[in-house]
Amino acid sequence: MITLIIDGQKITVPEGTSVLDAAKKLEIPIPTLCHHPKLSPYGGCRLCIVEIKGMARPVTSCTTPVNEGMEVTTTSPYIERLRRTVLDLLLTDHPNDCMVCEKAGDCTLQELAYFYGLRELRFQGEKRIYTKRDGNPFIERDTEKCILCGKCVRICDEIQGVGAIDFAYRGFKAKICPPHEKDLDCEFCGQCVAVCPTGALTGKMWALKGRQKDIREIDTICPYCGCGCNLTLHVRRNKVIRVSSKEDTVNEGWLCAKGRFSYGFINSPERLTKPLIRIAPKESSEFGVRSSGLNSSLVTRHTSHFKEVSWDEALDYVAERLRDIKEKHSPDAIGALASARCTNEENYLFQKFMRAVIGTNNIDHCARY
Amino acid sequence: MAGLATVFGSGAMTNSIPEIENNDVLFVIGSNTTETHPIIGLRMKKAVRKGAKLIVADPRKINLVKFAHLWLQQRPGSDVALLNSMMHVILREALEDKEFIEQQTEGFEDLRGTLEEFTPEVGEKITGVPKEKIIEAALLYGNAKKPGIYYTMGITQHTHGTDNVYAIANLALMTGNLGKESAGVNPLRGQNNVQGSTDMGCIPNQYPGYQRVDLAKIKEKFEKAWSVKLSDKIGLTATEMTEAAYEERLKAMFIMGENPVLSDPDINHTIKALKNLEFLVVQDIFLTETAELADVILPAASFAEKDGTFTNTERRVQRVRKAVIPQGEAKEDSWIILELSKRLGYDMKYNFIEEVFQEIGSLWPAVAGITYGRIEKWGLQWPCPTSNHPGTPYLFKGGFPRGKGAFSVVKYRPSEELPDAEYPFVLSTGRQLFQYHTGSMTRRIDAINAVAPEAYVELNPEDAKKLGVSDGQKVRVSSRRGEIVLKAWVSERPSKGMVFIPFHFKEASANVLTNTALDPICKIPELKVCAVRLEPATK
Repeated sequence: MITLIIDGQKITVPEGTSVLDAAKKLEIPIPTLCHHPKLSPYGGCRLCIVEIKGMARPVTSCTTPVNEGMEVTTTSPYIERLRRTVLDLLLTDHPNDCMVCEKAGDCTLQELAYFYGLRELRFQGEKRIYTKRDGNPFIERDTEKCILCGKCVRICDEIQGVGAIDFAYRGFKAKICPPHEKDLDCEFCGQCVAVCPTGALTGKMWALKGRQKDIREIDTICPYCGCGCNLTLHVRRNKVIRVSSKEDTVNEGWLCAKGRFSYGFINSPERLTKPLIRIAPKESSEFGVRSSGLNSSLVTRHTSHFKEVSWDEALDYVAERLRDIKEKHSPDAIGALASARCTNEENYLFQKFMRAVIGTNNIDHCARY
Repeated sequence: MAGLATVFGSGAMTNSIPEIENNDVLFVIGSNTTETHPIIGLRMKKAVRKGAKLIVADPRKINLVKFAHLWLQQRPGSDVALLNSMMHVILREALEDKEFIEQQTEGFEDLRGTLEEFTPEVGEKITGVPKEKIIEAALLYGNAKKPGIYYTMGITQHTHGTDNVYAIANLALMTGNLGKESAGVNPLRGQNNVQGSTDMGCIPNQYPGYQRVDLAKIKEKFEKAWSVKLSDKIGLTATEMTEAAYEERLKAMFIMGENPVLSDPDINHTIKALKNLEFLVVQDIFLTETAELADVILPAASFAEKDGTFTNTERRVQRVRKAVIPQGEAKEDSWIILELSKRLGYDMKYNFIEEVFQEIGSLWPAVAGITYGRIEKWGLQWPCPTSNHPGTPYLFKGGFPRGKGAFSVVKYRPSEELPDAEYPFVLSTGRQLFQYHTGSMTRRIDAINAVAPEAYVELNPEDAKKLGVSDGQKVRVSSRRGEIVLKAWVSERPSKGMVFIPFHFKEASANVLTNTALDPICKIPELKVCAVRLEPATK
């Protein structure tokens, strides 16, 4: 264990801990743009600089391991001036379009510019001009907003194990892109989007649906595979407009393309919204596997084969038919499939209904598929 | 699950997801984890980064192989032979855990004798895996301190699926790799609440909490709790219901949020069976292929429109919360069930949804300690019997629920329908990364459809050359049950003689081709092996 002093406070941490992490334990905030606790330290943004007694120049706290007896100063007029200059330089080459940016209100760069009061920029210089032209359906890449913090590159390599993007070119021309500057073609997990500190990476389907300040966040569980990832649904006007995940969860905040981007079915116009009772005999209908598009004839199918009824009418009818069949044949002439999509409570009630009300153990679900 | 329940007395993942990263050896067999359980896949990759050795046994060169130290490309359906010869090596090298076998298991001597014939040479002959690799895998697993085994439907969807599970359990039992952190046997459940549906007794032979319907004492307990007479006759499984409907023994079905038309083997057969019913009710969020056959369709609320709990693959009960108001007149499934129940003269009264969960806890002690308040932020893993119990990350610490862990003698038995001159390829079906199950949710997402627009058949380059098929060309795939036309994806992923089709796409549904042959014990269909023929389609 190593003991050091940060801003006059003593702390003891394991060997190998970074000064940044040690400060975090003391709840001393140090601004960063390129640091992520689950990724290797990078030292790229230079915002986390601190002064260490005995060292000639400020050092990046994310890449400096603690030493016995170290005396660290995390804030001083000098340090803050340097940080302000770093931000100033970043903003000099950043589109000044927060008013239309998806990320506004949820943007680390914007937040820092606010706290450092960077209304007017001191420097004037060339700006990088890039056209948005990535044709992938999930991830909007706005390279002009990229500050080259490299979080996306590291997460794709270190966590996802995919390595779909990397730094290309050098100096002013440096940028992050897929090989040969092609369109992104990856697993579309969106981990990169989740860690991007600016508006450089956003979800394409999020565009113009509402910004962070307008939404309600509701924590729930993913409806897809069995991993049980924790989701935060971002809701605006009774619509789920975005999905994210918190870091301290069983899935560590990571999601896949389904969990992160496949929420659109919730508010789909194709949802069933009224009880339906069949009006056309089954023999006359076309059934089964359609060769054309997914919902080619949904509307006609609705109107020509089924009629919309009230809940009372539908439920009375179902109850009557189930009672008749039970009496005419036996409870065991009725079977039921429960759903791995539904909650425990619903599944419990469903099997209770079949066993206690219908009187049969003919209940199963899709565990075998 | 039936397999594991027989061996240990409980059928579920023995360990939890966070434990994966502390394995020193991971043995992944019959699980395309990075595509079917992407976030568990991430934990496996993390384990590898932390120094674990990964063994992947899969007939396809799945993405996980990229991270593996050893890849065993067994022939589809030959898992028992692979596992048995690994165990042969473990015994030959005396790597078994004698103390564990002695104290915590039974039936070992019976098993030992039957493994003698499964030399690595025999294993190689049946599985096609070089014997050196079988030996290496056995030594890696046998010498490991905390090895975890992970499997999914690649193991279970066979007519000998239960045998496969027994063989896996044998391997873990003989090396004493159960009842401790990270080491264990882990079936990864494929759907958000498939563990929960099973836990809740949506199975024909058990009430909630794996309590048998044919035991008088248990029946009495539920009769008392529910104030009604109950049947002790074991019901029909899903696959048996289809048969019974086909033969018109079953007259009515009530299907809540399932789409058997696309998910069950042999689609044409399923459609016929459902059409034979006098009365079919389907309760769903979309007009699925199954709903199209219904007499009444009830619009249900989606997961985002209700409160309750899901139980994930590691037995963790987690809170589901209502985020939006149901679309149109759609209603929570619980409301629908209660309304129907009332109309049929049985009034179930609950003031709020947690009361249902409390009732479950009163009937199944393993979740009695779980309340919504306790799982506000982090879910709890059952067993969690009391309100101060921290939940159970890994099972069988200090013993098995059935007393002793049971070894089972497992003989290698080939799959039901093997390739022949007429149908020379083996077909396996499964999922791919972007689409989900029968696609009723994901296929309504434009972005997903842009990257995974249509069905395809994965085909080895050598086979493609022989057939005169090039990448992207349409091929006709036929089996004894039907035929479909779809695009060829010529790729090194499948082994020679094997093809793979994802089952998400209704316009070229893999389940037109698959075989309805069932595992005799747990009635799972053999979706991973059937014989097919391929030919270039004219158009």
